[in-house]
Amino acid sequence: MAYLELRDLHVALEDGTPIVKGVDLEIDLNEKHAIMGPNGSGKSTLAYALMGHPAYEITGGEIVLDGENIVELEADERAQKGLFLAFQYPHAIPGVTVTSFLRSAINAIRKARNGGVDDPIPVKEFRTEILAAMERLKVPRELAQRYLNDGFSGGEKKRVEILQMALLRPRIAVLDETDSGLDIDALRIVAGGVNELVGPEMGALVITHYQRILNYITPDKVHVFVGGRIVASGGKELAEQLEAEGYDAFMPKEEVAA
Amino acid sequence: MTELTRNQELTENEVIKEIRSEYQYGFSTPEDYFFKSGRGLSHELVDAISEHKNEPEWMRQFRHRSLDYFLARPLPEWGGDVSEIDFDNIFYYIKPTEKQASSWDDLPAEIKDTWDKLGIPEAEKKYLAGVGAQYESEVVYHKLQADLEAKGVIFLDMDSGLREHEELVKQYFGTVIPQNDNKFAALNSAVWSGGSFIYVPPGVSIEMPLQAYFRINAENMGQFERTLIIVDEDAYVHYVEGCTAPIYSSDSLHSAVVEIIVKPRGRCRYTTIQNWSNNVYNLVTKRAVAYEGATMEWVDGNLGSKLTMKYPAIWLLGERAHGEVLSIAFAGKGQHQDAGAKCVHVAPNTTSVITSKSISKNGGRAGYRGLLEVAKGATGSKSKVVCDALILDEESRSDTYPYIRVDENDVDLGHEATVSKIGEEQLFYLMSRGLSEAEASAMIVSGFVEPITKELPLEYAVEMNRLIQLQMEGSVG
Repeated sequence: MAYLELRDLHVALEDGTPIVKGVDLEIDLNEKHAIMGPNGSGKSTLAYALMGHPAYEITGGEIVLDGENIVELEADERAQKGLFLAFQYPHAIPGVTVTSFLRSAINAIRKARNGGVDDPIPVKEFRTEILAAMERLKVPRELAQRYLNDGFSGGEKKRVEILQMALLRPRIAVLDETDSGLDIDALRIVAGGVNELVGPEMGALVITHYQRILNYITPDKVHVFVGGRIVASGGKELAEQLEAEGYDAFMPKEEVAA
Repeated sequence: MTELTRNQELTENEVIKEIRSEYQYGFSTPEDYFFKSGRGLSHELVDAISEHKNEPEWMRQFRHRSLDYFLARPLPEWGGDVSEIDFDNIFYYIKPTEKQASSWDDLPAEIKDTWDKLGIPEAEKKYLAGVGAQYESEVVYHKLQADLEAKGVIFLDMDSGLREHEELVKQYFGTVIPQNDNKFAALNSAVWSGGSFIYVPPGVSIEMPLQAYFRINAENMGQFERTLIIVDEDAYVHYVEGCTAPIYSSDSLHSAVVEIIVKPRGRCRYTTIQNWSNNVYNLVTKRAVAYEGATMEWVDGNLGSKLTMKYPAIWLLGERAHGEVLSIAFAGKGQHQDAGAKCVHVAPNTTSVITSKSISKNGGRAGYRGLLEVAKGATGSKSKVVCDALILDEESRSDTYPYIRVDENDVDLGHEATVSKIGEEQLFYLMSRGLSEAEASAMIVSGFVEPITKELPLEYAVEMNRLIQLQMEGSVG
């Protein structure tokens, strides 16, 4: 059984509009999956719903993480169980430094993994880890003392997302359009971070519109996502085909006409 | 409430009971009997206080005139509701021990025990330049480091200040806040006791903050401390006042008066963190005057209390004087924080900045009430007012009353106000990192007030964040 399994997952907006219409997907540790789809296909909704965003309702199916159906859990509990979402548009938290936020998040997850008993990371260990991770991901030192995402450039935000991923050590990381707004150098660094973390401890799901990021993160599997469904799955050659031919071939007929 | 905190409170109340029983032994002579049983307000009370303190005649007269003003003035009808204060049911003066202790070891064990809970010894161990703590009406413990004394700095409780430096006190007392300024200033002027008296001589800069701890510790006891700070030319002082109060069954009144004079090119920062228990009326008048090139800064954190009405004021009397007011108000269930600031530009090229942050939750009401005034002739003056409100739920309320009066054309004024709620997206972002909803909300609130907490001495900043966390726990979800 894969570490994360989506079984016939259906997601709707609060007003009942269905967006994700029956998705089956298995992602294991040490695997890189890519979901590729055009704008409006429901990719980001899928990402948010996986993480437990309150505005999206799971109307059917299951999300099974490490053998447990987590659809009823809040976002914080999902994170504590090892799910991570790198946001397309990370939110600014004015007045809270990157360092202090990271320490709180690490400690929240450590506490959950320690049976609900506080187990704060020793200051020295935290400092060593954060400095090493910042160095690896080429996150400028000065960002550590700035307010989280407040006034950050697009590239800085994405790097800090990957920094969070590196420090929180999730089992399954979902990256929502992480390539958008990145120049080639930043893309390389971000992709390098993902490649480094994927292994026996972590699997990743990369959600993207473009094939570009997949030049740097070579996926084991590619899924084409159109109209709220996975319409095709294959190896990385599928991504190349998409890049060459576009999504038209995968579109339902009436949508192509529209 | 958890079992643990209930037990702690019980212990604290027991401690206080013990202390009170000790007063009865201490005040067994007929003339002292008055001080433990006398509730209510009268000219006889004023005489008794003045006599007991052995005050000069002018102060006794000052108190009597103030009482007349107090009795003549109606209760204010704006701001918060003060109509439930029962002025006849308040102890206006209690003297906890006969003599001031000059060192920690001299203090009675019970008082020390209560103070241990306030963290005074730790604070002192760390780096405090001097500690004065107000326990009930009198400062019983006071310490001033030798080097400050050598520099000519005076840091005493107000009663000792009056005894030892009568001329200096007489020259300034009641000059910044006249005794009939408002009803509660008049009350304080009539029955004041304790508070701090600070004088910093010309050119002396005190690097370490001077601190005093204030605490109300007897049921139905008003606390009317009186603070006077004189910062002479080119001098600097940072005074820090922190307050906590245990919870009592009936309402308590705290009505302080703080007067500050900052002479040319001097600088004074006055930091307050107040966390009164939820039955305290906190009605405080704070005002400073700043002369040429001087700087006055009020940093004011208001948590707790039933009602707080407090608007630290700065009169910019000399050219290029600068004033700053940074304030936070946090109103929880049943609380009304009517806080704000006043800056009055009297001289040319004066500048002021007012930053106010308020948070309301669980039906609490927090507001900003500010006055910005530019008098005729205060040309080239600049002022910036920023007031931000964060409302945490539908039952809570925030008000903004920014009064602006300008009698001069050549001025530069800016006013920004925002009202926000904690965004669902921000919460989701933080929760997706493993923080609970309460932790995430507390983090957003701490970030919201950060522009002010970063101005606090470290241990106060830590305490402030802890208090916010406590306030936030269980408030959501």
